[in-house]
Amino acid sequence: MDYELFKAKAEGVSAEVHRLPGRAAALAFILDFLKANGVADSPGAFALWAPCPFLAGLDQAELARQVPGLSFDVTREKAAQTLVGINQVTWGLANTGTIAGDATAIEGRLVSTLPWIHLAILPTAGLLPDLPALIERVDPAAMAYLALVTGPSRTADIERVLTIGVHGPERLVIVCVDDLEEVNR
Amino acid sequence: MSQDFKRQIKKAIEDPNLTGALGRFSEAYALSRAKAYEGIDFQALRQQIAAIKGDAAGKLEELAEEFTRQATAKGAHGFRTSQPEEVRAYILNLAAEKGLKRVVKSKSMASEEIHLNQALIQAGLEVKETDLGEWIIQLAGQRPSHMVMPAIHLTKEEVAEIFSKEVKERLAGDIPRLVKVARRELRQKFLEADIGISGANIAVAQTGTLVIITNEGNARLVTSLPRVHVAIVGLEKLIERFEDIAPILTALPKSATSQLLTSYVTMITGPVPNTDGTPKDLHIILLDNHRTEMAADPVFKQALQCIRCASCLNVCPVFRLVGGHVFGDVYTGGIGTVLTAWFDQLKKTEDIQGLCIGCGNCKEVCPACIDIPELIMELRRRLDKKTPRTLSQKAAYAVVNNRRLFHGLLRAASLASKPLAKDGFIRHLPQFLGGDLASFRSLPAIAAEPLRDLLPRLRQPQGRQKALFYAGCLIDFAYPGVGQAVVEVLNKAGIEVAFPQGQTCCGAPARYAGAVEVAAKNARDNIEALLETPADYVVSACPTCTVALKEAFGQDLEAQGLGDWLPRARELAAKTWDFSSLVRRLVDEGRLALPAALGLEPCTYHDSCHLKRSLGVQEEPRQLLIQAGYPLREMFESDMCCGMGGSYALKFPEIAQPMLERKLHNIAGSGAGTVALDCPGCLMQIQGGLDKQGSPLKVRHTAELLAQALGGLK
Repeated sequence: MDYELFKAKAEGVSAEVHRLPGRAAALAFILDFLKANGVADSPGAFALWAPCPFLAGLDQAELARQVPGLSFDVTREKAAQTLVGINQVTWGLANTGTIAGDATAIEGRLVSTLPWIHLAILPTAGLLPDLPALIERVDPAAMAYLALVTGPSRTADIERVLTIGVHGPERLVIVCVDDLEEVNR
Repeated sequence: MSQDFKRQIKKAIEDPNLTGALGRFSEAYALSRAKAYEGIDFQALRQQIAAIKGDAAGKLEELAEEFTRQATAKGAHGFRTSQPEEVRAYILNLAAEKGLKRVVKSKSMASEEIHLNQALIQAGLEVKETDLGEWIIQLAGQRPSHMVMPAIHLTKEEVAEIFSKEVKERLAGDIPRLVKVARRELRQKFLEADIGISGANIAVAQTGTLVIITNEGNARLVTSLPRVHVAIVGLEKLIERFEDIAPILTALPKSATSQLLTSYVTMITGPVPNTDGTPKDLHIILLDNHRTEMAADPVFKQALQCIRCASCLNVCPVFRLVGGHVFGDVYTGGIGTVLTAWFDQLKKTEDIQGLCIGCGNCKEVCPACIDIPELIMELRRRLDKKTPRTLSQKAAYAVVNNRRLFHGLLRAASLASKPLAKDGFIRHLPQFLGGDLASFRSLPAIAAEPLRDLLPRLRQPQGRQKALFYAGCLIDFAYPGVGQAVVEVLNKAGIEVAFPQGQTCCGAPARYAGAVEVAAKNARDNIEALLETPADYVVSACPTCTVALKEAFGQDLEAQGLGDWLPRARELAAKTWDFSSLVRRLVDEGRLALPAALGLEPCTYHDSCHLKRSLGVQEEPRQLLIQAGYPLREMFESDMCCGMGGSYALKFPEIAQPMLERKLHNIAGSGAGTVALDCPGCLMQIQGGLDKQGSPLKVRHTAELLAQALGGLK
């Protein structure tokens, strides 16, 4: 299994990696995470969840009630005021700690580029060994915007000092879910 | 060379922020790069990349057409031009037509190449560079000093000063705070922008895909937030197949920034939805600007294999002293010099090409197998053809092509310099003899008796085999003792050594200045002299001479259309050995006993550029020294050039001096009392530097140390 390598490599580039057995546990983890990190119903503290397979069948209104500030209607204005953006990715690359997915839909891009924290849901089954394995698997004709993300946004442009969080997220939180097909509740 | 250029060099070298930042970076880079490549077969990877990019460079026309066909089929607008002004006009028209005013840019060397920003700003557009380094440079009104780290020459205090002016608040040199300020300022620009301009790292012909990588995430915003996206792509970014991306993306981040993968890799194939649901107005501009001409040039075609990682800058001993504002133009360093000659003009490289010392570090790390030093040599050759030679150049070449005259002058110099020499050194030269030449290191006195006179008189035991010694000028006339040591060691292996009197200069000074016909004449004279007497080996104790005999003679003769000489050049090359490799072989074959002598002083080993990187010899001398009983203490950066570089130290003493000082510092740091080496040029440079410092450290050729261990030389 490539998970241990993936986790080590992702943490090596300052990403945070969590692993959960199923959808229910992952959902509970995410809701707790949002509360614990100060998500609130005020500009700058919103959480914004882009449409994704993980949400299928979930009662979004109920989730929003549980975490004030959490919403599912992604606009650029909202994303610009968001603390935590959530989306789902398809693949993980073990030997570089990278997450990857089709980012053609603008919602997924907005929530992963503008907020301070990007939380990405990754089905553990989507782990691949490396970049060549991904390149082999994807068809660019069917995917206008393929995004690979390795750790949070970073720069070393001033005196070569590594600094996290320039234009993109300052934290990348990867939630690996083993059984995404698990029926919710 | 222009005086202005000399002034720029001096200014750069005297800037401690610049040399400090670049120096620390290059030292750290060597280690972090090695770590990033752990577990990867770099040679195989770079062969693969060279094949992909070389193949693409051979069919740019076809790939450009296919790329445009694919991208436009997906809904992008394609535009292809050879003219920089047409790129500028295209973007200005687009902006005017659609009423676009505000531009955000992610890093694009192609846009720098065509000076796009000035044109857009002149036309009244607002242009913001969004890569942090590029933004700093833009605010400072400078140009990037490094292709990957544009603002590496600026300190955090200087950046704070620049930012303070822009945001009208007093900022200190606190890096995380400065980065936050940049995020805040530029975030607003991203959200307001009408048009995003990017480059591309790779463009895939078969799928019409653009690959863009950034660490900051700015390219994701540039390609997502504005409704219009213009990508400017140099033709050399084209590759044929989608799967060709993998090897390039495997190497590029490791070579560029020692990362396993850049934080954000974006692959765009056709227009994507905007935030309001409309499709992106995507324009892809393929820029030629002499790239197809370059592809048609048999020598320079390989420069199109470059993936712009800038690792060649990071390992360059000259770049780390002067930076990209001196060494380069829009594109910097060695590869930048080559690209400038084509994308701008050959004449523009007249001064900067001279900065390459030819150490070969860049060639070793290039992930696309580009022989950058050789391309710079070719620039020199072409410049030499275009530029009339000066009277003194003509005179020097005439002398070096006439052995009797040349050696006569060297003998006369021995007599003339006698009053200046003490203990074998010349420490000061009168101004009229070129006072600068001995300013930072002493020069060796010309020997009273050259090796060519001395060697035939040596009493040698009759051997089973015969070797011819090829001395080269330095050993012949300055260090005959090294030649004697070679004879003693080979005699112990039962090899008799002769000195063919017709041998002359190996041609290196002319060759490395681009004067090929002068070098080719030296090649012919030497081939005649060395093949006249039958022998089992031709041995040299100078790596530069060995490279000449083994490789350069043939190349020069061929370049001069003297193909009929090639069989003899090959015959000579086949039996030519550098001293350490030959002795290693003799020891391995049991023909030379090298018992460990007791009580020898520790030594450290300096790798000479031509020995390590042209001949691939680094372990042989070390093994021999250890076997002979010398404890070896490795120094830091043992294979970094000492600053000699043939006549380089004469042309650029201000660069050669700090290179030498760094070498002396590393030698001293090893704790050894003796530095061993295999090159009389390095010997001259390092010994001269140590003498000037009054250092007790000794410098010895490996031949001298082995002869000493074998009980010969004292």
